[in-house]
Amino acid sequence: MGKVTFDVDNCKGCGLCVLACPKKILQISQDVINKKGHHPAEITDESACIGCASCATMCPDCIITVERE
Amino acid sequence: MVVFEKPKALTDVPFHYCPGCTHGIVHRLVAEVIDELGIEGKTIGIAPVGCSVMAYDYFTCDMIEAAHGRAPAVATGVKRADPENHIVFTYQGDGDLASIGMAETVHAAARNENITIIFINNAIYGMTGGQMAPTSLPGQVTQTSPYGRNTDLCGWPIKVCELLSELDGPEYLERVTVNSVAHVRQAKRAIKKAFQNQIDNKGFSLIEVLSSCPTNWGMTPEKALKWIDDAMIPYYPLGVYKDRSAQKKEA
Repeated sequence: MGKVTFDVDNCKGCGLCVLACPKKILQISQDVINKKGHHPAEITDESACIGCASCATMCPDCIITVERE
Repeated sequence: MVVFEKPKALTDVPFHYCPGCTHGIVHRLVAEVIDELGIEGKTIGIAPVGCSVMAYDYFTCDMIEAAHGRAPAVATGVKRADPENHIVFTYQGDGDLASIGMAETVHAAARNENITIIFINNAIYGMTGGQMAPTSLPGQVTQTSPYGRNTDLCGWPIKVCELLSELDGPEYLERVTVNSVAHVRQAKRAIKKAFQNQIDNKGFSLIEVLSSCPTNWGMTPEKALKWIDDAMIPYYPLGVYKDRSAQKKEA
């Protein structure tokens, strides 16, 4: 079981984490806008996360923290 | 248990890079390597001119800002002033290293200067708005080559790793990219080796990282990563171009 946390206000919505996720449980939010004015990334199904850190490996802005139980 | 967080060698300052720019990934890899080798206190970074001109804001180690292209010369001075106690790296783009700084780069390599160079090759001038760089591909559309790079008029791209590998000087030359998770891990191994070479006093290491520039290429971040695979890697093949220590062992 994994857990990802996003530093939402520093996300630029580039979507590289969405591409990297092997479980396809990340998406770029359509209704949230952060401080910078971007649509940030968000997780759709927290229970499916395996904590592989692929999203964080590809994140150019270091805004993802990954924990594993 | 935390398996991934922002490395300690990066400050809290958010990167100013465009969305999807892979500069951020390479900054992080350098910071992770500095953390893992435990050399933050004695590392001095040399920032270039270009998009990564403000790299000094992002690393917690000491940083110096060099004049355009002169980072290897500044690094040489810093390293020679106190070779035992300092680890010196430069972080340069292609407009900096392969254009105005070509002389400094080639001579630092030829002298086998004991420094580490991280070279970001994104085939375009990023900061100034997308002009043709020495590394722009044949036929590539840029601000100054709107009909595509014409090799009859503008010449051919410079392949830095291949060029330097002809010299007897440099210790380690490798070309990597960061357009997928596997490639990022490979890039980190290369960067770590480049720093380790310097700690072991082996000499000049240069890691060329094929990077994306979604804004100036006029692509989405996703398409830009794919363009590295489709257009850049065929022209700039990945791999180790020189590893003198390994060659000595074989001989």
